[in-house]
Amino acid sequence: MVYKSIDEANQAVVSKIIAGSPFLLDVVPAMDVIDEFKHGKVLLHAGPPITYDKMIDPVQGACIGAAMFEGWADNEDDARKLMESGEVTLIPCHHVDAVGPMGGITSAHMPLVVVENRTDGNRAYCTMNEGIGAVLRFGANGPEVIDRLRWMRDVLGPVLSKALQKREPLNVNVLIAKAIAMGDEFHQRNIAASLAFLKEMSPSIVALDIDQKDKEDVIQFLADTDQFFLNIMMASAKSVMDGARQIQEGTIVTAMCRNGYEFGIRIAGMGDEWFTGPVNTPHGLYFSGFSEDDASPDMGDSAITETFGVGGFAMIAAPAVTRFVGTGGFFDALHTSEDMTEITTASNPNFPIPTWDFRGISIGIDARKVVETGILPVINTGIANKKAGLGQIGAGTVNPPMEAFEKAVLAYAKKLGFEE
Amino acid sequence: MLHTVIEKNSYQDSIVLMLLTNYLETLDGVNNVQVMMGTPANKDIFKTGGLATDELEAATPNDMVIVLDVDNEDLIDDVVKKAKTYLDEQSSGNDDDASGEERVKTWDKALEVAKDAPVALISVPGVYAASEVEKALDAGKNVFCFSDNVTIEDEARLKQMAHEKGLLLMGPDCGTGIANGLPLAFANRVRKGSIGIVGASGTGIQEVTAIIHKMGEGVTNAIGTGGRDLKAQVQGITFKDSIALLDQDPDVKVIVAISKPPAKEVRDDAVDLLRAAKKPVVAIFLGEKPEAHEKGLYRAYTLEETAKIAVGLLHGQEPTGHEDVAVKVPDVTLQPQQKYIKGYYSGGTLAYEAATLMNNTLGLHAENGVDGSILKKDGYEVLDLGDDVFTQGRPHPMIDATKRKEMMVSAGKDPETAAILLDIVLGYGTTDDMAGDLKDTIIKVKADAKAEGRELPVIATIVGTDMDPQDYSQQQKTLESAGVILCENNAQAVKTALAIVGHPVEEKPLPILPEQPSNVKMPAVSDKLKEMLTATRFLNIGLESFADAINESGGSAVQFDWKPIAGGNVELQKALLFLSKVDLKVGV
Repeated sequence: MVYKSIDEANQAVVSKIIAGSPFLLDVVPAMDVIDEFKHGKVLLHAGPPITYDKMIDPVQGACIGAAMFEGWADNEDDARKLMESGEVTLIPCHHVDAVGPMGGITSAHMPLVVVENRTDGNRAYCTMNEGIGAVLRFGANGPEVIDRLRWMRDVLGPVLSKALQKREPLNVNVLIAKAIAMGDEFHQRNIAASLAFLKEMSPSIVALDIDQKDKEDVIQFLADTDQFFLNIMMASAKSVMDGARQIQEGTIVTAMCRNGYEFGIRIAGMGDEWFTGPVNTPHGLYFSGFSEDDASPDMGDSAITETFGVGGFAMIAAPAVTRFVGTGGFFDALHTSEDMTEITTASNPNFPIPTWDFRGISIGIDARKVVETGILPVINTGIANKKAGLGQIGAGTVNPPMEAFEKAVLAYAKKLGFEE
Repeated sequence: MLHTVIEKNSYQDSIVLMLLTNYLETLDGVNNVQVMMGTPANKDIFKTGGLATDELEAATPNDMVIVLDVDNEDLIDDVVKKAKTYLDEQSSGNDDDASGEERVKTWDKALEVAKDAPVALISVPGVYAASEVEKALDAGKNVFCFSDNVTIEDEARLKQMAHEKGLLLMGPDCGTGIANGLPLAFANRVRKGSIGIVGASGTGIQEVTAIIHKMGEGVTNAIGTGGRDLKAQVQGITFKDSIALLDQDPDVKVIVAISKPPAKEVRDDAVDLLRAAKKPVVAIFLGEKPEAHEKGLYRAYTLEETAKIAVGLLHGQEPTGHEDVAVKVPDVTLQPQQKYIKGYYSGGTLAYEAATLMNNTLGLHAENGVDGSILKKDGYEVLDLGDDVFTQGRPHPMIDATKRKEMMVSAGKDPETAAILLDIVLGYGTTDDMAGDLKDTIIKVKADAKAEGRELPVIATIVGTDMDPQDYSQQQKTLESAGVILCENNAQAVKTALAIVGHPVEEKPLPILPEQPSNVKMPAVSDKLKEMLTATRFLNIGLESFADAINESGGSAVQFDWKPIAGGNVELQKALLFLSKVDLKVGV
C-alpha cells in the first residue's frame, strides 16, 4: 500500500483500529501457542527488551516465582541463582504476540487467553488476572501465589476453555461498548466488564460436566476478581494494534509498554523497533502507611489499553476513578480526556462515552503531536511496592518519557530522508 | 495504640476512602490511620500496613472500617466525626471548575473549538509572535496582538497580509482594546455606546473611554493599532481599515482617532482619510497643539478634550472651545524654592500628555525624552515607569507600586519639589488596590515635607469606571483620606499642578474652518472585518487573564495554553516540518 502523506498513512492505521474486531476464542497453556517456549527455559516479560540484572525487585521476584511454578527450582535461593546464571531466556511479551500486566512474567505452563482480531486474522495472548493482594505480577512468590497459579493452570484455564468451546467465541467489542457505558475505562476500572464477562460465561460454565467444587471455585473467583477483564482487554487491544501495525508507515503509536527500567514505544512507520526512555514513577493515591518513596517505577504492558484508546485516554468514562487524576474530580478527568484528543488522530465511534456526550474514545496517538505539543499520554496504573512481594500499594497515573517519542519521530524522519 | 471503628453497612467507594485516609492522617494526634471496606483483600492491606486488629476480622465487605493509631483515646470520637463530615462533604459534590471552560493546547484543537471566534488575542513571547499571528490570519481570524518585540518589517508584512485577506491586525504591542463592549487585554469596562475609537496608544484609549463613560455615554468598539502603525514602513494599514470599519458601522455616530503625530509620509493620507469619513471625527495627535478644527474633523489637544468633543458631537454640539473646565486651584501655599512638578506615571500616554502640557505651558522647549524619561528639564520631571528601562526584572507599575514609592520618597525630600503627579489605572490587568498600596507613602511624604515646613501637594487621577473590577469609589476614598488632590482626569490633574506653581494653562477656542476636500476613498470593508464589531467569542492564545476578563464580562473565550513547538527544540521542529511535508511515495 502506498500513501501520499503521513496524514494519509496515519488515517489508514486508524481505520484499521476502528475496524478491529477481537474475539475471545480460548484459554490455553502458553507453550501451546508460543513456539519460543519449546526451546529451553524461557520467560516472557513486560516492556521492551531487558536483562535480568536490570530488572527491578518486583519483576525479579516474579521471575523467581515463575521459576518455582515451572519446577525449575523448589526454593527461592535456587530460583534466584538460576535466573542470575543467565540460563533462562528472557523475551518481551510483545515479541511473541503477547502482553503481560505489571512484571508481565509469563511461563510455559501458565494459561493464556487467546484473542483473535477477525479483521486482520491475527491473534494475541495474555495471562489471566490473579486478583489482588499477594500476586505474581507485583513480584510476590510465596506458596499462596504459586498455589493460585497452579489452580489457574489446572482448573480455571481448562474450565474457561471448555466453557468457551460450548459457545460462540466471545465478541469483545460488544463487552467493551456495554461496559464503557457502565463506567469502565478498562485499566483502572473493569468491574462492569468483568461482571458482563461473568454473565456471558456463567451459563456455559454451570452447564459443564465437571467437578462441582471446581465450578463453584471458578464462579467464585470470577465474582471476586473485579479486574478479571483487564487482561482480556489487554489481549484484545494488542490484537487490534498488531492488526493495525501491518501498515508500516506513519507516526501512529502502535505499542506502549514498560519493564520497570525503560518505557518503550513503537510507531507504525518503524515496524518492530522500540524507542525507549527511562520510566517514571506513578503519581497517585497510596494505601495507608505508603508513599511515593515506596513506589516501584512504572511497569507492565497494560499501557496497550491507552494505545488502543481506553485507560487514561477514556478517563472521563469512569467517574468512579476520576479522582486518581490528581485528587480532583470529574472536571480533572474531563481535562485529561480533552488533552488526549490533542495528541490523537480520530474518535472510535464504536465506543461512545455517555459522560462525554457520547463522543467516541480517542484513538491513534500521533507521535508527532506528542512531540509538537509536549502533551504526554496519561496512563492509568496500579502502583507496586518497590520491594518484591509486598503487592499493590496504591493506584494513579503515569506519563511516558518524552524522549521515547522524540527518538521515534527523529528516527522516522531520518528513515524518510531527513537530514539535520 | 490501635483502635478499630466499624461502620456497619456503610458502603463507600475505595477512592473516596483513600482520600479520607489521607485527610485523617493530617489530623493532630493521629499516628496512623486507614479507612477501607472490610473485604478480605483489604484486610490484608491493613495487616501489611501494620494496622491488624482482632476487631477487624469481624468486619464484612459491606462495613466501612477505620483502624486508627492514636495515643489519646479521647480523639477517637473526634476522628470519626470528622470522617463522617468529610464523607458528607464529598457526596455533596464540589462546584470547582464546573464552568465547562474551554481550554486547548494545540492549534488544530484551537481552530476546531474556536472556529466561530472572529478574533484571536495573541500574547506569546515576542520571538514567536509573528508566526503565531500568521497562523491566526491564515485561519481567517482578526488578530489582537499584545506581544511586542516583533520587527517592524514583520509588522508591515503581516498587516499587508491581513489587509489582503480582509482582516485586521491590531498591534503588535497593542495593550488595550474593546470589542463589542468586551475588554481586550488591559482595558477598562465601559458601557456600550455610539462612539467608536481607533487608537495607537494604550492608556490614551483607556483615558478617553473612561471619560466618555463618566459622561454617561459609551464605547462599543475601541480598536488599538499598535504604536508603529502610522510610521512610514507600515503606512497606517490598520488605522485606515479601522476608520473604514467604524465609518460603515451603523451603531457608530462619532469616530475618535488617537495617535502620536503620523510620519510625514503617512500624514496627508491619514488626515485625508479622516476627512473622507461620513461621520464626524475627533482626532488627537498627541504632542501637537492644534491650530484649528475643520467642519467634520475636529482636533483635540488633550485626552479630556477629545472625549468631551466626541460626546458633544454625539449630542449634536460642535466644539465650543470650553470643553476643558477651568480647574479649581486648591489652596496651597508653596515655599519660594518649591518650583518643580514631578510626574510619576504608570501609563505611557498619560505621561506623554503631562509632558506636553508642561512643556508647552512652561515654555520649556525640552527635547522628547528617551528611556522612560518623558520630560526632564531643570527640575521638571515626567517619567513613564512602565517603560522597559524601569520594568527590567520587576512587574509593571500598574501592578507593583515599589518603584513609584521610591520616586515619591526621593522627590518628597527635594525641597524644590512643588507637586507630585500620579495616575491610578484601574481595569483588567492592573492590581486590585493601587490606591491602598500607595497610601502610606503618600501620607509619609506629605508629613515629612510638612515637618520641614513645606506643604507638598500630591495630585492624582483615577483612570477607570464604576464598572471596573476594582472598587472605583473605594479607590477615591483611600486617596482622599491620604490627602491627595483628586482630579477628574489627567489633563485636569496636570493643569491643577501647573496652576499651583503659578502657570495656569490658557484656554483659547479654536476656529472651525470649512470642510476640507479629501482625495482618499474609504477602503472596502470585508464581512470578516465586520464580524469583529459584534464578536462575543474569542480565541485567547497566551496569557490566561485576558480570557478571564472576557469571560467575566459576558463574552466567551477559548483559552489556548500556548507552548513553543517541541519545547523549542530546533532539530525536532525541523523534523516535524519535514514529516508534515514529506511525500511518502517519493520518500520511500
